[in-house]
Amino acid sequence: MRAVAVAGIGKTPFGSFAGCDLRSLAVEAGQKCLANAHTQPSRVNACFVGNFAGPAFVGQNHLAPYISTAIGIQGVPSTRIEAACASSGSALYHAWAGVASGLYETALVIGVEKMTSQPTPKVTEILASAGDCSGEIKAGSTFASLFAMIARRHMHQFGTKREHLAAVAVKNHANGALNPDAHMRKVITLEQALAGKPVADPLTLYDCSLISDGAAAVLLAPAEQAREFTDKPIRILGIAQASDYVALDQKEDITTFPAVRRAAEAAYDMAGVGPRDIQLAEIHDCFTIAEIIALEDLGFAPRGEGGPYSAEGHTARTGERPVNTSGGLKSKGHPVGATGVAQICDLVLQMRCEAGERQVPRTSLGLAQNLGGSGATCVVTILANA
Amino acid sequence: MNPTLGTVYTETVIYSAPEAFLDDVPYQTAIVTLDHGGRVTGRILGDRVAIDDRVQQVEVRDGVPYFRKLS
Repeated sequence: MRAVAVAGIGKTPFGSFAGCDLRSLAVEAGQKCLANAHTQPSRVNACFVGNFAGPAFVGQNHLAPYISTAIGIQGVPSTRIEAACASSGSALYHAWAGVASGLYETALVIGVEKMTSQPTPKVTEILASAGDCSGEIKAGSTFASLFAMIARRHMHQFGTKREHLAAVAVKNHANGALNPDAHMRKVITLEQALAGKPVADPLTLYDCSLISDGAAAVLLAPAEQAREFTDKPIRILGIAQASDYVALDQKEDITTFPAVRRAAEAAYDMAGVGPRDIQLAEIHDCFTIAEIIALEDLGFAPRGEGGPYSAEGHTARTGERPVNTSGGLKSKGHPVGATGVAQICDLVLQMRCEAGERQVPRTSLGLAQNLGGSGATCVVTILANA
Repeated sequence: MNPTLGTVYTETVIYSAPEAFLDDVPYQTAIVTLDHGGRVTGRILGDRVAIDDRVQQVEVRDGVPYFRKLS
C-alpha cells in the first residue's frame, strides 16, 4: 500500500436550500474540489459518492454516474456507497483503498444529502430506516429515541448529567457561530440548551443535529504526487472502517460503540500514533451523547467520564484537544451522506491554517470519526501535515 | 403458560415521531432484558417505567411486544 493524501477539498454551505436539488449540490462540491486541486474532470480515475437516502428523499437512484457525468467525469467507475450517516466516510475509505493499492491515481469522493424537501415526520421515518425495521423501528423508535435510550443508560451507569449533554451543544454552537458555512450560526446558553423542547427523553431539540442540505468533496492522490495538485497536501496517516449490529437491542452494552473502538484502534495502529498525539478532532455528534461516548471510545476521555470531560472545557477551541471546531453536526448541520467527507474538509481547513475565525493553533495531527446508525458502521481517519 | 417477564434495560418517551406513529405521541419505548434470555425493543402500556423496573409482556401486535409495569 502506498501513502495517500488529500489533494483538494470542496464544500457547499450547509443549510436549507429550496432552490438547490441533490445533483446541483453534489456538482458544486465536486467542482469546487477540482478547482481547489487545480485540476480537471479528465484527471479523475474513479468517483465514489456517499449518500444515505437520495432515493427516499428525492426519488432519484443511480446517483453516482448521475452526479459524476454532470461534473464532466466520463467513463470511469462511479459508485454510490450507503452506510447510513457514515456513507461518505465509507466512500472515503473505499476510495482510499483504491488509490493506496495503485488501482487509481486519483479518486474523487463526494458526500451529499438533500433532506429539507420533506416534512420532519417523513424525514424522521426515512432516517429510522437506518435502524432494524423488523424490530426496534416497528416498535416506534426514531434515531433520537435510540440515542435517548443510550443516554439514559449512560446516565444510569456513569452518572452523566443533562448539563453534560447541554455543554456539548453549547460548545458546538459557539464554534458553528464562527463558521460561515454552518447551518445554524447561533450561540446558545446552557440554560437554553437545558430548556429545549423534548424530542425523546432525556434529549431535547438542542441535543439533536440538524436536518440539512449540503455536499462535500475531497480529491485523493498518492502522497508522492499530491504536490502536483496543491502546495498544502494533507496525508491520510491512518484510516479504518468497522461494523457492528444494526439493532441496538442486540448489543451487550449500549454505552460504548465497539465499531468506534475497533476502527480507532486500527487507524491508530496504521498511523503509529495514539489518542494523546491527536491535536484536534471532528467527531460525529449526531446527538450530544454520541460526542460524549465517542470521546471515550476514541481514548480521549476515560470510560464513563466523557460528560465531565466535555463540561470541563477540554474539547473547546481553547481546550487541550479542540473537538468539532466546525460546529459539528449540531450547528454546522448534518446532511447525512455529506457528513463524513465534510469532517475531512473541516480538518483539512484547520490543518492548512485556512479556518478563519475558528482557527486553532495546534493542527499537525487531526482525527475524524464518522458514525453510521446507532453504531453499526464507523470510519476513523487520521490526517497529518504531509 | 408462564408469563413473559423482564427488566427494563433502558427506556425513553418519544415526542417527535415518524409519520406512522404521530397519533401515539407521547409514547414510551424500552429495551427489555427478558428473564428467559435476550433483549427486545417494545412499547410500554400504562404507567411509565424506569431502568431496572420489572415488566410483563401483555400482548404482541404486528410482531411488536407490549409490556406493562409489574406492581
